[in-house]
Amino acid sequence: MSKVRVLVGTKKGAFILTADGKRQNWEVSGPHFPGWEMYHLKGSPVDPNRIYASQTSGWFGQVIQRSDDGGKTWQMPGGEPTPTPGEMPKGESNKFVYAGEAGTHKWYDGTQHPWEFKRVWHLEPSLTDPDTVYAGVEDAAIFKTADGGKTWQELSGLRAAKGHLWQPGAGGMCLHTILLDPRDVNRIYIAISAAGAFRTDDGGKTWRPINRGLKSPYELPDPDAEVGHCVHRIAMHSSRPDVLFMQKHWDVLRTDNAGEQWTEVSGNLPSDFGFPIDVHAHEPETIYVVPIKSDSEHFPPDGKLRVYRSRTGGNEWEALTKGLPQKDCYVNVLRDAMAVDSLESCGVYFGTTGGQVYASANSGDIWNPIVRDLPAVLSVEVQTLP
Amino acid sequence: MIRVVLPFHLRTLARVDGEVQLEVGSPATLGSVLDALEARYPVLRGTIRDHVTQRRRPFVRFFACKDDLSHEPPETKLPDEVATGAEPFLIVGAMAGG
Repeated sequence: MSKVRVLVGTKKGAFILTADGKRQNWEVSGPHFPGWEMYHLKGSPVDPNRIYASQTSGWFGQVIQRSDDGGKTWQMPGGEPTPTPGEMPKGESNKFVYAGEAGTHKWYDGTQHPWEFKRVWHLEPSLTDPDTVYAGVEDAAIFKTADGGKTWQELSGLRAAKGHLWQPGAGGMCLHTILLDPRDVNRIYIAISAAGAFRTDDGGKTWRPINRGLKSPYELPDPDAEVGHCVHRIAMHSSRPDVLFMQKHWDVLRTDNAGEQWTEVSGNLPSDFGFPIDVHAHEPETIYVVPIKSDSEHFPPDGKLRVYRSRTGGNEWEALTKGLPQKDCYVNVLRDAMAVDSLESCGVYFGTTGGQVYASANSGDIWNPIVRDLPAVLSVEVQTLP
Repeated sequence: MIRVVLPFHLRTLARVDGEVQLEVGSPATLGSVLDALEARYPVLRGTIRDHVTQRRRPFVRFFACKDDLSHEPPETKLPDEVATGAEPFLIVGAMAGG
């Protein structure tokens, strides 16, 4: 029978939740890396036991961890404690250095500010090679490893796409989303708060903004600016890589032409502010968001935690509430904290800043908490295993 | 033999319990102790000092014989008590909540 492995990153460690295909009885493993901020964990689609993790600390900086046995044991790639005699020690898996002159970007007050590496927000393993991974970092840039995480190189063409006009959102200037096109290894989409969405068609050498149709009247002096939009998340269904869905600071949008033009599909949502957005594993027009009251009040409207599902690719939304708290609930769901499995009855998962991880084994109709009392959840990923 | 006390999270990363003991050439300096520590435990590179600039990370501090050496240059000679192993060299995470 198939099973699922849920990888949860929290403010104080990582947790691995496993269950069989029924998704009723769960085993909880963790905390892994207790006390560290675990921004993201993600497994290789090619080798599911190969899992990469971003471990970070305000004191000791960035660490990259890798597991080759499904999360049972971990090591820092290339950081073995006893290097070969006569060789210089490596230990460069946490070395993220911007290529060339780092330059400056826009600061909160509109002045220019030096680019400074802070942490890895998101790790996206290659669809074809377990040793190749892309990393989205703060201050916003994309790095790539081709040696299993031992060394990282920036794809610096991204910051040439008007990087001097990018600015940090409230959470920092983070590159938080990386989508790999399953049809075309050279096409990658990324999203940055607050710069917008970008696309490369040449494997990361050159990039261009894909923000036409986004409107930010309360955040930017030019609401239709080419860059500067606070994109919170974009999502894709692997069967239609030209169709993307976006949760922006305000507004939910879609594009049907690889980002050339976006159209708002917020429809009847109670609020179109939010962070995560995801697509059903088998229904490319079924999408999920979690409305949040506003940019000033990061909690669900009316104290009711509701996932909204659209089966029409947006505009028409239904509230999914069964099993979710419908009063006095004031948690948030962060941008990387929602995922779907690919079992026949699609599972949907999300984690909250209150430490709950909820799962639905039936496309969102009914929810159950897997765990209730973890540290604040930063990220949720799911692996569907044979 | 120089004794180095690491903060909890760096002991975990380096997979060591208790103090670390390092052989460091004479004269032992702030920089030579950190060099020896990172050579022995490559996983600690970048966690105490920046990979490129070699500057101390802002929330890391260095104590020896009740003195704060955090702001001293790398060529600063360590006290004899530390150089001989009578007293430990302390690498400390700054008090900053968490």
